[in-house]
Formats: sequence, C-alpha cells, structure tokens
Amino acid sequence: MTRLAGGLIDRTQTVTFTFDGTRYQGHPGDTLASALLAAGVRLMGRSFKYHRPRGVFAAGSEEPNALVELGSGARREPNSRATTVELHEGLEAHSQNRWPALSFDALAVNDLLAPFFTAGFYYKTFMWPKAFWERLYEPLIRRAAGLGRLSMQADPDAYDKGFLHCDLLVVGAGPSGLAAALTAARAGARVILAEEDFRLGGRLLAETGTLDGAPAVDWVTALEAAFADLPNLRVMRRTTVFGVFDHGVYGAVERVADHRRDPGEGVRQTLWRITARRAVLAAGATERPIAFADNDRPGIMLAGAMRAYANRWAACPVDTIAVYTNNDDGHRTAVDLLARGVQVAAVIDARAEATARGDYRVIAGGAVTGTRGRLGLSAIEVRSDRGAERIACGALGVSGGWNPNLHLASHHRGRPLWDETLQTFLPDAHGPAGLVPAGAAAGAFSTAAALSSGAAAATRALGEIGIDAAPCALPEAEAAPWRIAPVFHVPGRKRAWVDFQNEVTVKDIALAHAENMRPVEHLKRYTTLGMGTDQGKTANVTGLAVMAELTGRTIGETGTTVFRPPYTPVSLSVLGGGDTGPYFRPRRLPPTHRWAEAQGAVFVEVGQWMRAQYFPRPGETHWRQAVDREAAAVRSAVGLCDVTTLGKIDVQGADAAAFLDRLYCNTLSTLKVGRVRYGLMLREDGFAYDDGTAARFADDHYVVTTTTANAGLVYRNMEFARQCLWPELDVQIVSTTDAWAQIAVAGPKARTLLARIVDGFDLDNAAFPFMACSALTVCGGLRARLFRISFSGELAYEIAVPARYGQALMERLMARGADLGVTPYGTEALSVLRIEKGHAAGAELNGQTTAAMLGLGRMVSQKKDAIGAVMSRREGLAGDAGRLVGLRPVEDGGAVVGGAHLFAEGAARTLAGSEGWITSSCHSPHVGAAIGLGFLERGDARMGEVVVAANPLEGGSARLRVVPACFVDPEGGRLRD
Amino acid sequence: MLIPHPLLGPRDAQEFVCLGDARLIERPDPAAADAEAAFCDYVFLRDNPAGVHRELWFHEHGDRSWLVVTRDTVTHAVLGAELARDVALARVGRAP
Repeated sequence: MTRLAGGLIDRTQTVTFTFDGTRYQGHPGDTLASALLAAGVRLMGRSFKYHRPRGVFAAGSEEPNALVELGSGARREPNSRATTVELHEGLEAHSQNRWPALSFDALAVNDLLAPFFTAGFYYKTFMWPKAFWERLYEPLIRRAAGLGRLSMQADPDAYDKGFLHCDLLVVGAGPSGLAAALTAARAGARVILAEEDFRLGGRLLAETGTLDGAPAVDWVTALEAAFADLPNLRVMRRTTVFGVFDHGVYGAVERVADHRRDPGEGVRQTLWRITARRAVLAAGATERPIAFADNDRPGIMLAGAMRAYANRWAACPVDTIAVYTNNDDGHRTAVDLLARGVQVAAVIDARAEATARGDYRVIAGGAVTGTRGRLGLSAIEVRSDRGAERIACGALGVSGGWNPNLHLASHHRGRPLWDETLQTFLPDAHGPAGLVPAGAAAGAFSTAAALSSGAAAATRALGEIGIDAAPCALPEAEAAPWRIAPVFHVPGRKRAWVDFQNEVTVKDIALAHAENMRPVEHLKRYTTLGMGTDQGKTANVTGLAVMAELTGRTIGETGTTVFRPPYTPVSLSVLGGGDTGPYFRPRRLPPTHRWAEAQGAVFVEVGQWMRAQYFPRPGETHWRQAVDREAAAVRSAVGLCDVTTLGKIDVQGADAAAFLDRLYCNTLSTLKVGRVRYGLMLREDGFAYDDGTAARFADDHYVVTTTTANAGLVYRNMEFARQCLWPELDVQIVSTTDAWAQIAVAGPKARTLLARIVDGFDLDNAAFPFMACSALTVCGGLRARLFRISFSGELAYEIAVPARYGQALMERLMARGADLGVTPYGTEALSVLRIEKGHAAGAELNGQTTAAMLGLGRMVSQKKDAIGAVMSRREGLAGDAGRLVGLRPVEDGGAVVGGAHLFAEGAARTLAGSEGWITSSCHSPHVGAAIGLGFLERGDARMGEVVVAANPLEGGSARLRVVPACFVDPEGGRLRD
Repeated sequence: MLIPHPLLGPRDAQEFVCLGDARLIERPDPAAADAEAAFCDYVFLRDNPAGVHRELWFHEHGDRSWLVVTRDTVTHAVLGAELARDVALARVGRAP
C-alpha cells in the first residue's frame, strides 16, 4: 500500500520526476517527500556524521533528515528539504552525503566508529600539531561529514526585492491565521496574510476534523473565494516570514518560481520588506519526537507528519504502522490511518491510563525500547508492565507533544516561558513590539481555540492602532482538551537521537553534562544541538528536557537558547535581491558614453561613473601608445574630453557670495561677474578637502565645480552648511551635475575649433581671457556655458550644454575639427596632462594634506572665517613641512613608482626616516621620461637635490631629482595667450 | 526603520544618510578667544549616550532636508524628527 484514497492532490494530472536517477510519478499538490512516500520510498538520505540511512521525518519546513540536492548544473541547490519542495514536471533530485550509492554508502563504516565520535570529539582529537588543523584535519572532516555540494557556478536566476506596508501582517494561514486575516480584512484594515506553504489551511489540510460539520478544506476553499473580494487583503502563498526587525519591519521571502522547472524571464524569489503596524504570529506548532534507542531508521517519523501524509497527500509507504505517543494527539494518527485502510499494529502510549479511540490495540504505560531494519524500519521492540515484545511494522509515528513556533516572538530577546500543563514553551510578553501570538503558536492547540484565538488577536492588535474589528462568525470545530505526560526520552544503553541532522544523542547530552557544559548555550555549542539547517526545530526542547533531567532543574529553569533570524534558511541570492554584478550599485554614464563606445574606447569605473580611459586606434598594441598620442595631440593640436562627471553645483541668492566665502578657504565674493576662480575647500579639522572652480554668472549666481569623487559629499556638506550652520543666509543650491554635459576643449587649436561652433561669440583673448566665463549659444541657438579654464596647462575651454545635447556636441566638435587633428582623450591622458602641469587631484587631496603642503597656503584667507579656517591654524597642521614637488629619475630610463616613500640619500629606510611619499606618477610624452609628484619635507627649499624613492613592499629603490611641480610651461604663457 | 519626515511623512531610513550628534549644528564662534579649543571639541568629541539621542540625518535620496531625529539608542525607537534648519534658526533667535 502506498497511494491511499482521497487527499488534496490532483489525480487528473501526472507529474514525472527523478530521484537519484530513477523516474517516479506524482500529482500536482504533492511535495517531493509525499510523492516519494507514495512511491514506497522511505530511504531519502544519509546522516551527517555516521552516514546512517535516513528517511523523511516531518511534513514541513522543520524537516531534519530528508535533505536533497535539487536541479543540476548552475541551478543545483543543496540541502533542500524534500518536505517543502513542491513537485513539478521534470523535477530532478539527488540524495546527499553518500558514496557510491544511497543504499550502499562506504562511509557508513563511521557508524561502527561511533563510540569515538561523541560530542567534543573534534575539539579533543585534532588538537595537535596545530598546523595540521587547517591543512589536513579540517578538509578531511569536511569531506567526510557533510551536507550537499555547491554548484560552484554563478546563480543563473533573477531575484528581486520589494517593500510592502500594512496595518496587520498575519504570519501563517492555519485556522488562527485565517481567522485573524478574515477578522482584520472585514474591518477594512490593510492586511497581508503570509503562508510558507503553497496552499492555505495549515493543519486544517492535514486533519480530518470538521468545521461546521463539513470537511475543513471546504471552509478554507470558501474563505479563499471570500478573500478574492477583499482588495485590502493581500494573500502571499509560498512566502516565509523569516525575521522581525526594528520598528515593525518583517523580512519575508516569496518563492515565486521554485515550483516551476525554469523561472524563465521572471524572478525566482523575491525578498520582501514588510512594514507592519501590527502583526499576528499564527505560525502554528511543530511536533517533537520522543528519543529512544535507534529512533532514526527510515520509516520512523512524527505522528502528525504521518497523519498529514495520509490525509493531505494520500501517502503511506507501508501497510502496517505503529504509533508511540505521550499525548492524545498520537491517537489521531491511528484513527485516521485506520480509516484509510492502513493497519495499525499498536499504539504505545506512555500513559498508564491510556485507552483506544478506535479499533486498535493500545499498550498503555509502554515504551519503545529499540528498532530493527537496515535500510528501513521492520519492527519495534516494546516494553510495558506486561513484559517486552517485538511488533512488526514498516513505519512508526512518534509524538512527544507540540512546540509552538514562537521563533519570531523571541527575535527581540523575548524569552519563552515553560508551561507545565501544556509541557511546552510559550511566547513571553517581551517579544517584538506589536507582535501578538495566536493559535497553536500561543499554545491554543484545539481547532476551536485556534480559531477564536486568531480572531481575538486580530481584534486586539487592530484596537491598539484605533481600528475597530469585531470578531467574525467562526465555524464550530473540535475543542479537545490537551492532555500530555512529560516523557521526553526512553533511558537505555544504545544511542537515542535528539537532533537527527547534527547527530546529537541523549548520550552526547549526558557527556556534555558530565563535562560541565551545562548552560544551554554551552550545551548547544559543545554538542552542536540545534545548529543544523533545521536549527533544531524538532530537537531543541527534547535536548533541554534531557539536560534538565540530568541537572535536576526544571525545563523552565534550564531555559532556551536565543532564536535569531532567519526562521528557515534564506539564500544569499535573494538577500542580494538582484543587486549583483552590474546591478550591485548604480552605474552612471556620461552623455557621450554611447559615442565613446562606438569609438572603441576602453572604460574605467570612477566612483559610479563609467569614463572613457583611452581611445585605442588600429595598430596600437599597448595602452601607453594611445595615451601618449592623446596627450601629445592636446599639447600640439586640440583634444576633447567629457568632463561631465565633475560635480556642478548651482548657487543662487542674495547671500550666494557670502555663503561661498564661508565654504571655501579663499575669497570668492570679490570675483567679478564673468570670471572664474580656483577654489579650495577645507574640512572643519583644517585638512584640504576638495577643489574646483567657481564661476560667477551674476551678482547672485555662481556655478561651482567639485571633483568627480566628492561631488555627492560636497553637495551634502554644502546643504549642511546652508541648513544647519547658516540658515539665516538667503541662498539656494542645487546639483546640476547630470543636467549639463561638459566637454573640455584643450590645445593650441582650441580657439580655432570653438570659433567654428559659437554663434558669433567673440573668443578673442582680450574679449574672453583666461579664467573668463559666459553664457552663450552654439551651433545655431543651443544654450551653452563657456569657461576658459585649463587642467592641462594648454589654451583650454570647457563648454557645457544641456545634457541631452552632449553627444551631439561631441560629434559636432569632432566633425568640425577633423582638419585640426582633433583627438578625443580619456582619463589616462587627462591624468598625464595634469601631472605634467602639477595640478592636484585625488592622490594629493587624500585627507592627509594641508593647503600649505599643496603649495596653496597663501590661499587660506586670514581675514574671514570659513569651514576649517580655525583648525588649519593649529600648531600640528601649520607645522607640517611637507611640500608638493616634482620628481624626475636621475638615471636615464628610470622609473617613478607611486606610493614609494622618499628618503634622504644614505638615510635609514624606516618609517621614522621617511621624508614624504610619491602621490602620482606617469610617463610624460612632453618630458620624454617618467615623472612624478609627491610630498617632501621642506621640498620647496630642496630643488635640485637627489632623494631616494624606496618601495619596501615590492622591493627596489630609485634616485630621483627634486624639481618644481610643473613640467610644462611654468610661466603659464600657453594658457593665457 | 521609518523616519517621520516633518514635510513628507514616514520615509524609509534607507533614503537617509546619518551624520551623528545633532550638536554639530552648534558650530563654535570662530572669533572667540578660545576658538581653537572649542573647535577641537566640536570636531573630535561626541557624547555616546545609552538612551535618547538627537541625531542629524540627511534625506539624500529625497528632498535633501537635514533633519534632527530624536532616537532612543537602547530601544531603537524613533521619537520624533524636525527640520534641522528650524532648529538652527531657533538657535540664532529667528523664527522658522
């Protein structure tokens, strides 16, 4: 007997899948576990340490044993719980941790060595030699003891993340969750109902109890239809709420396409951040086993799971079962399976007063003391007042009581409280604010109690936020009292498993006790109890009970370890939410990006920007050839470079000039309209921060620029100054970096080229001299701004047009300048040109340098206050004697290496003896040799001196001559004429 | 975490950048005799209270307002938010 009658599976359709290469068939509505059980498969895996045969143990996400690898290739996903995998056509699953085969596993020899593999075995055994741990022991142990294998390939699927807001989040759609959602939604509240299963109903789907005299599933179906008419209710199936975070934020993963073979174009999973004003925790309860000798054979499972497989999935792998219980609930399994035609050999009830609820044999006051069967259960050994006997059965349902799924309620350090009557932990009152436990999660175990508790929780939660929700009419349901005897394990000589996944037995807990690892946190870490992918959902309470028994304390006094998110495993892929690879952060493209791509440019990431680094031409085999050619073109003809990425901030208002005077260390209020001035910003601690230009277009209108890297930060600081420091000033600012495309036109033929596109604008040196700026039109009416500024030291302009015209402007300049030898240049050539000219950039403005070190000390106005002015005068900073210098190799063909430290010749090469460092270096086509910039103690007074640049990290040193930090046109004639 | 923006209502904290102690609004008088010592405290020293803390948050991915957010560093509860500009204006004796 395998597939029974009835169940909530769609028998009109057949689904074919494989397990370890063998083809099986199931139906829509099956899980992998139910379909395998229905096919008579009990053996589904091998255990972690001893490689013992294991079968499915539970019917939900708490499953410790039936872990499988799903899929193949890059989609291979290890450690998937067969109990939650929704069956679909073509599903491919493999068992784990076995070789060569599941039914014959060579490492099962470990089981014979079990006496050595007790708790703490690794800690005690692999102590020395110390160096062997990483190189030998750990790799060996990891190979032998294991779960699934990663594919080691990039995840091919797409993931997404989303944000939701609601008045009430209901976690779980069993009877209490459904009642809560219905109550809240009917009251008009915005409700989200999240259910980890693919079907609503929770335990209602697994039980035969009726609601209003009809099958419970009918009520669920009617409710789903009613939900469709409630637009304020969002039902999220296949969605696990995995954690509670501050301020009512709940993390949830929706498995959007895991039940399909291939997600296709859509996303596979979505990470939801749900902000809920209130929440009802209706996560139900998880059954716990009783530990007894050899209780891990395939076929032994939780009694509630056995019942769920029979009732919901019409699956039972064997003809004859038995049940071992300490509570009334175990008898339901016997009654339900009998009704479905399965033979019940016996119900062993730990309670002496137990009686049968149907036509089956009860062994009252009995205990299971052992089991038989190599790859699956064949018989159990039972002891009672009437002696010992062996009972043949292929499956055993075990019930040791139910543990409320209170995990979320303890995510904010809520401490579960032990309830002696229910023999279980319940959520305490100090859980996350706004989270109300209900139903079985709050210890309301009967269906009637769960329904009314759910409705009451919703009413209470919504009442706290001023929404009046009357409990809705609820169906009549079973209201059996909860009766249980405190039996957690059967004492014996052989191993009795408590944590199946991590192979923790009662003996291991006794050993931890004997070695004084008694506090629960020590117990957990010493034995690894509850540390598997299941986080001990079926194991923890039993483990605590055993420790409590050994220490003579109550379970309540023993306490629990702290539950933390996630409730069930969450893949890193979905936590990334799709923000991987090129989507890891925003990628900004300058206006001429597509044009540069068409030119074959090589790009470099500069912050978020993609900038053209250089433009190789056919025949150029080394990047230096392109860069040298581009730099030379600027010095001899004209070059074009997209400099849009430099930050642009528009400053307007009656107090714009006064405002800028307080931001820049030099004075900008004296700047005449139509002129540009270099500006240097300090940090409030006095160090140099950022530089750029300030152009004055009107008395009350400036445009200032920042470096590319600091564009956002400088703008943020300017807003801070405007709003927090000097709110009384009449000034408004806005970042226009993305609004204006800006192109540098540099070189002796720059004026000739520009004259061909301006609309009658006088570019003559007298009319538009160095450091002039103006608004104008170009190309027949296009609004533009022109700045005569130079980063390269050549006659140069920067022209700005609205960003959408950036590419057209670049194409126009290239076309009109063809006869002039116009050449696009990238960031490499830009850097070479500025090093040749001795302009500071990021390497010089690195937060360790002062205005004086940059040779700009006299720019710091002593007549006015500005950010950083006071602190720049403090002794430590003012006394810094480093000065920016140029450096050239003494030997022909010598190199200049950035980052190298500078030493006086003959000085010891220690950090204390360092006299500075090299900030920038390049090959200069203009000089025809390597050059560099650097900071050197008293460098301004050491021109001509030879110093040693040493590179202790990579080795090597070179003799360099100190020269002025300007290698081209030191008089500045080129940029002025 | 939501921040109750005085102009825009509750906004996700991810839209903001946190600078820290709101006392950064109180920039010392640069003309005072002890200006250097006062600036040294202003730049380098911060209180680190367990409990109620007033912090500067910048709505960078929003309306670019600087806010003074009052927050409990023990419970993480956000107790209120006001425009930093209003706080700064009140400091110099001006109405917002």
